[in-house]
Amino acid sequence: MMMESAVVNTQAEGTIRRRKTDLGDVAFAWLTRSVAFLVLLTLAGIIVGLAVAAWPSIQKFGWTFLTTTEWNPPMERFGAVVPIYGTIVTSIIALIIAVPVSFGIALFLTELSPAWLRRPLGTAIELLAAIPSIVYGMWGLLVFAPYFGDYVQPALAATLGQLPLLGKLFSGPQMGIGLLAAGIILAIMIIPFIASVMRDVFEVTPQMVKESAYGLGCTTWEVVWRVVLPHSKAGVVGGIMLGLGRALGETMAVTFVIGNTNMLSSSSLFMPGNSITSALANEFAEAGPGLHTAALMELGLILFVITLIVLVISKMFLARLARGEGAK
Amino acid sequence: MNLRSRRKVINKVALTLSLAAMLFGLFWLAWILFTVLKLGIGGLSPDLFVKMTPPPGTGDGGLANAIVGSAMMVGLGTLIGSPVGVLVGVYLAEYGIKTPLGRVTRYVNDLLLSAPSIVIGLFVYALVVAHTGQFSGWSGVLALALIVVPVVVRTTENMLMLVPNSLREAAFALGAPKRVVIMSIAMRAAKSGVATGILLAIARIAGETAPLLFTALSNQFWSTNLNQPLANLPVTIFRFAMSPFTEWQQLAWAGVLLITLGVLTLNIVARVFLQPDKQH
Repeated sequence: MMMESAVVNTQAEGTIRRRKTDLGDVAFAWLTRSVAFLVLLTLAGIIVGLAVAAWPSIQKFGWTFLTTTEWNPPMERFGAVVPIYGTIVTSIIALIIAVPVSFGIALFLTELSPAWLRRPLGTAIELLAAIPSIVYGMWGLLVFAPYFGDYVQPALAATLGQLPLLGKLFSGPQMGIGLLAAGIILAIMIIPFIASVMRDVFEVTPQMVKESAYGLGCTTWEVVWRVVLPHSKAGVVGGIMLGLGRALGETMAVTFVIGNTNMLSSSSLFMPGNSITSALANEFAEAGPGLHTAALMELGLILFVITLIVLVISKMFLARLARGEGAK
Repeated sequence: MNLRSRRKVINKVALTLSLAAMLFGLFWLAWILFTVLKLGIGGLSPDLFVKMTPPPGTGDGGLANAIVGSAMMVGLGTLIGSPVGVLVGVYLAEYGIKTPLGRVTRYVNDLLLSAPSIVIGLFVYALVVAHTGQFSGWSGVLALALIVVPVVVRTTENMLMLVPNSLREAAFALGAPKRVVIMSIAMRAAKSGVATGILLAIARIAGETAPLLFTALSNQFWSTNLNQPLANLPVTIFRFAMSPFTEWQQLAWAGVLLITLGVLTLNIVARVFLQPDKQH
């Protein structure tokens, strides 16, 4: 704010009194500035801190860390392929489910819902994001996974499982827990993030443009698909990336249902697996100091770097939007 | 089928699918809340709040130490994180709107807001636990505080930006120094929004599990010593839910019910708080 100069000279009762630079003001400004600097320091600290802690592993394995499938703590041989594969596969499943559903929800909230229902329905969807991930995890393991294994997986195996190429993904043991279950629960968790960004960007489409299209005789669907979506596609991509960032780093829900095994023996999505986060959550407390801890730290570093890249891409797209309430 | 009726059919199908998507979302919310209520309510008893977490295989216990440990860490984490967050928010809204430091800070803060909380846990482990050689309550507090900061920064800045400049100008014209203008005028106008941000931050950390796994860990016994591993609800739930003992799972469901009710209540209260500000 450019108002400081206004305060320096104050006129009181006809005598000109020159106020010295207010020391308290200077101190306060410096206080806020240095605290803001702390935020930057945190980010730098995380990267440096993780890199230092991961150094023994980085030094020992180099790039082979990213290409080895073996994860063998007793033999001190570590490769990150299985957890990275698990993280990526579960996140992709989550996006495949969450993106169309979120689009539908945003469409419903902006175009279809009666005005009085908009707020309560929007809040209900946002509450999905408020539920702590440990709740998703416990519910997923003890309630969802048994249903999923008993009813959904046999159905999937009987239908999609029969397809020529795709079939491989939907065959194998029907235990409930596994990569697919983890992906589905992740989808539920990221729907509110993607849906709320989509809703916000759909709302900024100028009413005039929409009404012109309606005036030409477009149906509601045509207005959304041909007018609103092209108008807001940068924001939509930004929202999807934000959801992806969440999915990559989600820990507890995945840890409960992914099955936690470091084997990678088939391409089936029914198989149990491991993600970066579930490997960390399960092994870290028991890991002895030394190479095992360092390898886990390197996993954490890889996760952080991937997430940052995704979030930066997300922000690039969202930056084209008017600065509203910020993306939470 | 002619073009006109085909377009109508496509429209109908699309809108029905959109309704289905909405119901899909609500379905999971209802299912999760229903399960948590159904399975959690059986475990609610006075014992839950006065007895310690039981050893394996016995049902005679509660979550008292975990509840107290969680309350301590969430409370202290909020007490440390909120003032820092508010000050950064003040800097971004009042000093650093267009300065390079302001821009970079705003950007980095948004990244931290969405960064995986498990990484924060690893960072605090590397920073504190690895050096002290011991899991401790304080390191859990630090991890939670680091998660609180970005949430509070974002809401504080947003709320201060909503305060009309004429208000600040009026205060300056009366000769108030800038810090007084900010803290007594602008912050006062924004206080319900800032309080909302703090509530949301509490809701966020109350259920955080991952960062505590590497910092506070857990403790089977009663302890209020922050220099030792400290029992807390999320990690206790994690352990009990993964265990084969029905008694432990029952306690875990009760714990999940407590956390869910607490977090949802905070969220709804925060929304009600925010409502008047949000209407443009």
